[in-house]
Amino acid sequence: MTALPALSLVLPEVLLTVGAMALLMIGVFKKKDSTSLLTGLAVLLMVAAGASLVLDPPAAGTAFGGLFVVNEFTSFAKLMTLLGAGIALVMINSWAHTEGIARFELPIVVVFATLGMLMMISANDFIALYVGLELQSLSLYVLAAFHRNNLRATEAGVKYFVLGALASGLLLYGSSLVYGFGGTTSFAGLATAMASAEAGNVGVIIGIVFVIAGLAFKVSAVPFHMWTPDVYEGAPTPITAFFSVAPKIAALSLFLSVLMGPFAPMVAEWRQVIVLIAALSMAWGAIAAINQRNIKRLMAYSSIGHVGYALVGLAAASTEGARGVMFYLFIYLFMNLGTFACILAMRVKGRAVEAIDDLSGMSKSNPGIAMALAILMFSMAGIPPMAGFLAKFYVFMAAVNANLVPLAVFGLLASAVGAFYYLRLIKIMYFDAPRDAFDKPDFSTRMVMAASASLMIVYFIVPADLVSEAASAAQALTGR
Amino acid sequence: MIVAALAFYLFSIVAIIAALNVIFQKNPVHSVLWLILTFFNAAGLFVLLGAEFVAMILVVVYVGAVAVLFLFVVMMLDINITMMREGFIKYLPVGALVGGILFVELAIVFGSWAMSPQSEALRSAPVPEGISNTEALGNILYTQYFYLFQGAGIVLLVAMVGSIVLTLRRRPGVRKQDISVQNNRRVQDTLEVVKVPVGKGLAS
Repeated sequence: MTALPALSLVLPEVLLTVGAMALLMIGVFKKKDSTSLLTGLAVLLMVAAGASLVLDPPAAGTAFGGLFVVNEFTSFAKLMTLLGAGIALVMINSWAHTEGIARFELPIVVVFATLGMLMMISANDFIALYVGLELQSLSLYVLAAFHRNNLRATEAGVKYFVLGALASGLLLYGSSLVYGFGGTTSFAGLATAMASAEAGNVGVIIGIVFVIAGLAFKVSAVPFHMWTPDVYEGAPTPITAFFSVAPKIAALSLFLSVLMGPFAPMVAEWRQVIVLIAALSMAWGAIAAINQRNIKRLMAYSSIGHVGYALVGLAAASTEGARGVMFYLFIYLFMNLGTFACILAMRVKGRAVEAIDDLSGMSKSNPGIAMALAILMFSMAGIPPMAGFLAKFYVFMAAVNANLVPLAVFGLLASAVGAFYYLRLIKIMYFDAPRDAFDKPDFSTRMVMAASASLMIVYFIVPADLVSEAASAAQALTGR
Repeated sequence: MIVAALAFYLFSIVAIIAALNVIFQKNPVHSVLWLILTFFNAAGLFVLLGAEFVAMILVVVYVGAVAVLFLFVVMMLDINITMMREGFIKYLPVGALVGGILFVELAIVFGSWAMSPQSEALRSAPVPEGISNTEALGNILYTQYFYLFQGAGIVLLVAMVGSIVLTLRRRPGVRKQDISVQNNRRVQDTLEVVKVPVGKGLAS
């Protein structure tokens, strides 16, 4: 029985897979609408998967003949993904009932998407990477179009599908070139092949560039961001919340593990590409957001900008940079979930509104929500005393220490521009004439808001634990 | 060997002619039929290569399922051929230009093609001794690539669930056949024998 030790490494994935299929059976055979029940069970599954990672951390190692890798880095990334997915799932459920699209497949597709993300994070081979990525993407396309009677949601789904398929094509083309160079798809084998390669092999560089392009598509980094605003605006709001956290965390972790794993010997070649897309993302995320009138579109550009900042840490290509990215992702997770909880609370007489002007004078009508949103916006802008400041600080420090001072300076300038629109939201909430008050949001939404806003302050005051967690994850990744 | 060579040329020539016909047929249904012929010949080529599993899969999946599906779709779509031919002359220069550029590029690529010396040795597919290639594929698919095989299975499950979620609509009031209800019907439930008195009718 040598198979059993390997299975303990994949416990979270097995839990999600078997659980999702069981949920599917319950949903099919139960006559009544079982969305709430299944959501509860799905959240439980994610909690169980997360608990298996925390309580009994799997020993570092590989499973399935080296296709699947587990270490502290993957565990940390998986935990963040599960957190994001679980919290988003709770918000999806309450929203689905008010909008009348509650169907039992909704939580199940979310679980499958999460499974795909975990598979991506643990991928140790290009085929495993692709299977995980495709599982995640396919589920996300379905989720984007889930509100199928809504024209904008279906448009979002189709757009996401077509552009996502294109990105998968780019990624596959790149990996086939890399395979042609190394003769293997395994990350370990490729790392050996790259280390012994003579510099300037054009084929493999083109392959790496295509792989980066495909992954940049999935994290919506400029210039591969075109789908993001439309999909974020068209998809149902809590599903947008899910899109903006869990897949980004998974795809950025994948970005780290691909570039700093098999492609690490080629750092001089890929660094310039990452520097470019990081700079473009930061700039475009800041500038294009200024003119937005719809808060979901604004969040789309904001997330593009945040991906840019996270990529600065990747451009540093050091353990410190990876630590910065992991810390950034953790803060980003709660920043975004909290903000989307506030957006979900934007309901006037039972009708969801999403224009920025609807926030006008919210500090009078809904002081609690306004307070939470203001804290989150300060954090997004990276203004102390909020954790968003520390997140930016760590990635920029890593960049400076890796002799990427121009990039760090550029990032600072971009975040100054970006601060404009975050602060404008606060100005609208606090200094403009009040409008219709929002309805009182339900309990779970209020909890998410309060918890994430307070975490922004807590992690500014006591970041040490999180930083050391992120550092050990980064060490597991780079092996230094 | 001469038989194998003859079979190769036969399959290749028929495949090329059929493929050209797929493009040049005016009627889309005829195109699909030519496509099926192309698949059969490609399967023959695979058999010649010693890849009988791929050959059979090609026939079963592409001819048996995909091409038939194509045929259905093409027959159901009302494609107006004359409409599609409109603007052929208008777009011809641009199309010819793009095609010409592609052709030149391909010519450059093949003109400067250099084979790595090791590739000759790797060319013949490594088939393990003593087992058929179906068995060889099964051996690695269920051991070495078990994880990917299962992952691909879940991808397909999500595709199925997703397409049902996005397209299945339950319409109320649709009459369906329910055999158990039919079988449980008794004469007493449906028929009533009424004595009609003469000259009075049923009304009262």
